[in-house]
Amino acid sequence: MSRVVHRFTRNVPDWQPRVTPVDLTKASPEQLDALKVTPSNTKVSDYVLVLAHDPETLNVRSPLFNGIMYDSGGLSRAERELGAIGASVVNRCIYCAAVHAARHAQLSKDTTVTDELFANGEKAKLGPRDQAIFDYSVKLSQSPPAVTEADTARLREAGLDEAEIVDLILSTALFGWANRLMHILGDPVRKDG
Amino acid sequence: MAQAANPEASPWIGAAASAAAQSRNNIFEMSRQAESAVIDPRDAGGFPSGWRRAIAARIATLNALPDLAAHYLAGVADPALRGLADPNAAGRDARERGVISFMDRVATQPRAVQAEEIEGLKACGSANSTPS
Repeated sequence: MSRVVHRFTRNVPDWQPRVTPVDLTKASPEQLDALKVTPSNTKVSDYVLVLAHDPETLNVRSPLFNGIMYDSGGLSRAERELGAIGASVVNRCIYCAAVHAARHAQLSKDTTVTDELFANGEKAKLGPRDQAIFDYSVKLSQSPPAVTEADTARLREAGLDEAEIVDLILSTALFGWANRLMHILGDPVRKDG
Repeated sequence: MAQAANPEASPWIGAAASAAAQSRNNIFEMSRQAESAVIDPRDAGGFPSGWRRAIAARIATLNALPDLAAHYLAGVADPALRGLADPNAAGRDARERGVISFMDRVATQPRAVQAEEIEGLKACGSANSTPS
């Protein structure tokens, strides 16, 4: 038996699809190409197999995701994760929040930020730079047109340069998409016992 | 995504940030490819490109982004499809009403969408391969 996880956690749950994943043994050549399946690499998550129903989008989604979260320069990886967590808290994507909180803790070698985020959600109290990043990602996720130049100025006051601001917008916006896929196409679950 | 694809058209991030965005041109190019895959896919299935553009305009309107809505709607000539861009339009038949109602929820209240709503979509005739 599995139960759905409803509370934010850094302990990454399993993910149970609501939409039937593509059967790898029956996948089309386009799906196999998008899945990057090779004879030596046949491990594909249920989540990616669900996305494979639309191979054209999956084919561009993965490099876009990797570029935004991992390309060099600009905002640090941990702070990109913080933008992802801000969006995931607003959209209440428990699974995304868990994955990216765990990564944030690993990258920053610190759990106090994500402890506070999960204890107090959108009202979390953080250090000045983290607070500015988190507040911006929350506001952008809640209502993109509500973000103004004053919000961007607050990021500059907290020490972010222009390239870092662009990276924060990109990571937050990416998770507007990713949260909707992960949270709506399946449930975060944990096996009982 | 269409607005973000042109950093110079983003006045709210400022000219200096627009210049910084140029360093992420690869990201904006991949964003354009992702947008194209969703809006103008090679295989549009049961959701033709004009329909997808109208729904994209509807979602932009729901997010109070009129310029973006106009961008998507510019490519839609059919008045019946253009009508779907109005968030007050419910859809022309039961299947379309079910799909549009679901997409409105995904766009505006993602945290509230429940598993039963996916089942509702299946019941109104949408296959597993609904638009991303």
